[in-house]
Amino acid sequence: MTTYLKLDHIDKSFTRGGQVSEVLRDIRLTIDKGEFVSIIGHSGCGKSTLLNLIAGLTKVSAGAVLLEDKEVDSPGPERAVVFQNHSLLPWLTVYENINLAVSKVFGRTKSRTERHDWIMRNLDLVQMAHARDKRPAEISGGMKQRVGIARALAMEPKILLLDEPFGALDALTRAHLQDAVMDIHSRLGSTTIMITHDVDEAVLLSDRIVMMTNGPAATIGEVLAVPLARPRRRVELSSDRTFLRCREAVLKFLYERHRFVEAAE
Amino acid sequence: MSIQAIEDTTVKAFPAPAKPAEVIAFTAKARRRFDPIVIAGKLASALVPPVIVIALMLVVWQIACSSPTASLPPPTQVWNEAYDLIAHPFFDNGPQDIGLAWRVLISLQRVAIGFGLAAVVGVALGALVGQSIWAMRGLDPVFQILRTVPPLAWLPLSLAAFRDSSPSAIFVIFITSIWPVIINTAVGVRNIPEDYRNVSRILRLNQFEFFMKIMVPAAAPYIFTGLRIGIGLSWLAIVAAEMLTGGVGIGFFIWDAWNSSRLPDIIVALAYIGVTGFCLDRLVAAAGAFVTRGTTAK
Repeated sequence: MTTYLKLDHIDKSFTRGGQVSEVLRDIRLTIDKGEFVSIIGHSGCGKSTLLNLIAGLTKVSAGAVLLEDKEVDSPGPERAVVFQNHSLLPWLTVYENINLAVSKVFGRTKSRTERHDWIMRNLDLVQMAHARDKRPAEISGGMKQRVGIARALAMEPKILLLDEPFGALDALTRAHLQDAVMDIHSRLGSTTIMITHDVDEAVLLSDRIVMMTNGPAATIGEVLAVPLARPRRRVELSSDRTFLRCREAVLKFLYERHRFVEAAE
Repeated sequence: MSIQAIEDTTVKAFPAPAKPAEVIAFTAKARRRFDPIVIAGKLASALVPPVIVIALMLVVWQIACSSPTASLPPPTQVWNEAYDLIAHPFFDNGPQDIGLAWRVLISLQRVAIGFGLAAVVGVALGALVGQSIWAMRGLDPVFQILRTVPPLAWLPLSLAAFRDSSPSAIFVIFITSIWPVIINTAVGVRNIPEDYRNVSRILRLNQFEFFMKIMVPAAAPYIFTGLRIGIGLSWLAIVAAEMLTGGVGIGFFIWDAWNSSRLPDIIVALAYIGVTGFCLDRLVAAAGAFVTRGTTAK
């Protein structure tokens, strides 16, 4: 496989009132096309910052983000983000929220009926077509997140960026959405980067798990390949030896070698 | 309207317009057709209390002004002497002898132009100040000083600039009503959640698309609070401005009636002004409630 996304020696520091705080140091990572990569670490380790850097929402202090060998330093629809708190516009219906993205990205290349079909196809993909005329306030948290995923997918991104997409959901809803994301990933083969703090989620969904050391000046501590065949089923995996070994490796990294400093006190 | 009042309303964002008590239908059948008894009850509960209060006020007024030495006319005298004005709002007997409804309409036309301009310019300036930290640092102090200038203080200057009474009156409306629009819009724009901005950046919305599709709907509750204060202020200002500039507006009518000692006419005109101002306020509030439906919900 060829290198699709390359994070090339990235440093990130924030300056506030003359004080420089280094958040990320020397991040090096390459991601192949179609790969599903999770980034896991304790809170405050800068994993969300890293995602924002890839999305272009914040600028790198040094180094570069290269997508297909071209540097990207500003946001764009080819790196669509699913935000933790869905970020749907409350004055638009589900359909209109996705239409905003679709008419902006495909306004010139697709006709009106093609755009409509495309919106409905993406709503079907997340099983939300029945709620197309509802406003975000009228649907549940899990449904909002589904629509958020549909909006991101509808931009036909080269890379799908998920920023703790299931963090605010209850366990059952979360499991449903994880299955939905796995299903979508297997059908579309979309290159995906997901931020998470949930070890099971990371092992279940990912091809590789990127483990971050604690901040300040966090960096990539270890990268673990998850050699589990797809499609994966959570019930079967719960006793699978490879699954348990991967899970143990991540837990050891997080809780033995890089314990959360605040929690250790 | 004091500074405090403007800021209070800003903080409260958009107070939900007081809805008349909604009748909850128990069955789908009852919901579909109008029940005359329920509607009559609703009307009565809304109308009877104010009617009683007004009647009591009229009685007190009648008693207080009935003595021969009273300086103000009692309601009966107002009714008798200003009957033409009350009964025929739309008469037209030549250039200076027209019904009060015509005069109110002429004043409203001035308000419409002045306030319309203030709404457009105010939202644009407010968006600029809310969006750009440097525009805010530069413009906000100027706005804060200018908005405390009383409306009529602008009149001599605008008379000198426009050399005509009608555009001067319109300018006074404009300059009076623009400040709350600017300030509330700026607050609304500053309060747009960062997530909405990120969405627009990822979609690469241009400035105009961001303004129309994100900024205006997101700040709409604040904008309409500003517009509502603004329309109230312009109605306050137009009457004062017309008293000084002359012409055919309702303000000049009051001044004219005073000069010819027609006190009953003034009282009728006050009632017209009050009712019109009330309607304007409700109109903007209703427009706001219509436009912002669904936006305030999280």
